[in-house]
Amino acid sequence: MAEHAEGTYYVPHGTRWPMTGSIGLATMLGSAGFWLNGSDTAMWTFYVGVAIIIYMIFGWFGQVIRESESGIYNAQVDTSFRMGMAWFIFSEVMFFACFFGALFYARALVVPWLGGSSNNASTNEILWQGFMAHWPTNGPGEVGGDFGTIPAFGIPFLNTLILLFSGVTITMAHHALKDGKRRALVLWLAATVALGALFLFYQVEEYVHAYRDLGLTLGSGIYGSTFFMLTGFHGLHVTLGAIMLTVILFRCMAGHFKPDSHFGFEAVAWYWHFVDVVWLGLFIFVYVL
Amino acid sequence: MSSITGEDVTIGHDDAHGHDDHDHKPEGFLARWVFTTNHKDIGTLYLVFALLMFFIGGSMAMVIRAELFMPGLQLVEPDFFNQMTTMHALIMVFGAVMPAWVGFANWMIPLMVGAPDMALPRMNNWSFWILPFAFTMLLSTLFMDSGGPAAGWTLYPPLSLQTGDSFAFVVFSVHMMGISSIMGAINIIATILNMRAPGMTLLRMPLFVWTWLITAYLLIAVMPVLAGAVTMLLTDHFFGTSFFNAAGGGDPVMFQHIFWFFGHPEVYIMILPAFGVVSEILPTFSRKPLFGYAAMVYATASIAFLSFIVWAHHMFTVGMPLEGELFFMYATMLIAVPTGVKVFNWVSTMWKGSMTFETPMLFAIGFVVLFTIGGLSGLMLAITASDLQYHDTYFVVAHFHYVLVPGAVFTLMAGAYYWLPKWSGNMYSERWGKIHFWLSTISVNVLFFPQHYLGLAGMPRRIPDYAPQFADFNMWSSLGGFAFGASQLIFVGVVIHCVFFSKVKATARVWEGAKGLEWTVPSPAPHHTFTHPPTVTASMVAHGEDH
Repeated sequence: MAEHAEGTYYVPHGTRWPMTGSIGLATMLGSAGFWLNGSDTAMWTFYVGVAIIIYMIFGWFGQVIRESESGIYNAQVDTSFRMGMAWFIFSEVMFFACFFGALFYARALVVPWLGGSSNNASTNEILWQGFMAHWPTNGPGEVGGDFGTIPAFGIPFLNTLILLFSGVTITMAHHALKDGKRRALVLWLAATVALGALFLFYQVEEYVHAYRDLGLTLGSGIYGSTFFMLTGFHGLHVTLGAIMLTVILFRCMAGHFKPDSHFGFEAVAWYWHFVDVVWLGLFIFVYVL
Repeated sequence: MSSITGEDVTIGHDDAHGHDDHDHKPEGFLARWVFTTNHKDIGTLYLVFALLMFFIGGSMAMVIRAELFMPGLQLVEPDFFNQMTTMHALIMVFGAVMPAWVGFANWMIPLMVGAPDMALPRMNNWSFWILPFAFTMLLSTLFMDSGGPAAGWTLYPPLSLQTGDSFAFVVFSVHMMGISSIMGAINIIATILNMRAPGMTLLRMPLFVWTWLITAYLLIAVMPVLAGAVTMLLTDHFFGTSFFNAAGGGDPVMFQHIFWFFGHPEVYIMILPAFGVVSEILPTFSRKPLFGYAAMVYATASIAFLSFIVWAHHMFTVGMPLEGELFFMYATMLIAVPTGVKVFNWVSTMWKGSMTFETPMLFAIGFVVLFTIGGLSGLMLAITASDLQYHDTYFVVAHFHYVLVPGAVFTLMAGAYYWLPKWSGNMYSERWGKIHFWLSTISVNVLFFPQHYLGLAGMPRRIPDYAPQFADFNMWSSLGGFAFGASQLIFVGVVIHCVFFSKVKATARVWEGAKGLEWTVPSPAPHHTFTHPPTVTASMVAHGEDH
């Protein structure tokens, strides 16, 4: 049997985690629907759903980690995990592409059209008289009122440096792991987590500033919509990435991973680099240009 | 704890020998079906779920055709009629056709490439078990005070933003379907790229595996875009964003662009696996290798690539710049080239073959003929200047129902008849299968062919009432619809009879001309197969020699 365990692909028998996850997901999203429709109690069941999902993630991943540490995964299983993570990140890229597409379309086409370009002169004259295309804008209806924007070379530039630097520290951690230097691994990884947290701190500060001082909100027309959707979903992904990094940090401290076998570490590193690259796109297209 | 699957399953393994060693299924309903990680059981779950949804969505179509039987409003309120058209489409697309194809993928891909299971068996379970929750949520909106969504399955704003209480639930159910589809697609890609048996090179893979590989890629590329689109609808509705509000600098047409960037690849997601199934069935019953195997692979990839750059042909009438109209027209017509390659190769596969006409073959041939009709009406719609006349008429309804019903649904039937003996171990009733085919084929044409004339004469789609001039064709269409709906009950009868009552046992190969790994395992396929991968040689695959 042990002989076969080495050679055969590990196929688990039965699992209750997916059903747990489905119940959590349905509880969370169903409650979110009632909550949005004005039910107060639904807020609490929403959090129950979130808690069930967190429980599922811990249980499911915990089981996979235990199996991995016990050595029953062969190289082929490892490749399946790698492909799974890589294609998951591709799906995330397409999710962000959707919002970037909305930004480009609105900025390059919609706003000029509202201002009368192409064959829209009479539309502009009749519907949006006096509106001149400009960016940033909250549209001809000035939805959300006057607002200011965040200058690129303040907090956003600082955050760019922080994320780029965190890309370096996680690479250092990876090298330390491959060289078997466990202490350096933990330190570099802790530095990465700290940089992620610092990024999030500044991002929150920027949001507070936008809402409190600049009048820039999610409701500030197309500029506010694209700004907060893109940076908001990115911030959510940084949060998720930071949590994943923290888990990996604890696993490293517990002695997990080997120099030649550490898919969990690499998956989180890929994810972190992905979040980093999305930020570079954001910095250029949302803040600088 | 030993969780390694049974280990002595070999090709052509005799059922009596070592049987209880490896064929143990989990005991109890929960363990067998809810906690399962077995690709065959999960495939069965997908297929049963899809069939259930097919009848729920079908009953909505019956309501639509009953209301349209005569001019005037007689059975339902216009708003409920709109809920029926919207829900019929959402259920059929996301609940019936897509899960049915994932069910086929689950059952057949590991068997076809010689893998012990899907690459990520636990996630496979989750991909399926999200769906019953998602569709319960979607269907429950019909019972809310505001009723279900009624703005059409495309959810165009600003109309869709006027949906009442059900709006958030529709958006969230679409999110859940997306999560399910993406996980299912990731699993399929990982299985195909990582789990092939030694010797199963990419260009030895059965065409069904190839078409699913490309379909899975499309799914991962576009389902997140749909998720983003409906998320923007949600924030426009509840959180004051202006994505689709011109006053705020947004544009409702932007939603159409984003939606159809998802939507056009989506139609290939529903039809590419159909191409794969037909490419399996025609060679078997023609007793000839598939004509132009490599060309079929490249044609599938070309169609997938083109599907990303044609989306705006769904919106020729929204006032795009002329350059845009022309680009999308020519790009769309280009798709006729690889699709033409496919139809040519299917016909050439049958040419001078020793053909027999068992039920799967009948459905496959029906597909080739009727899908081509749908493809040609698609070319008519692709011509911008003509589309201005056809847009939003019953001509469009006729077109996409020809490619989806005698297209996707017929091939689902063909595949089900083709592999049912492998799944159940029993032969279905050929007599009732043929009755099912002929009734379906006649009624589906009575149902949809008159709709071409209705559309050309100017009858708009998604309208519960119409001018008396359209009465005759609508009556014929409705009669065909009722007959088609009733005919599908025969299929349920055939399946139940085959699985539970049929006395005729299937052999391992089932069909005389069948080639490929799935036919080397016993019928019914044991719970675990290919725990030790077989070694594949060129002579074992359906299209024979290497390319």
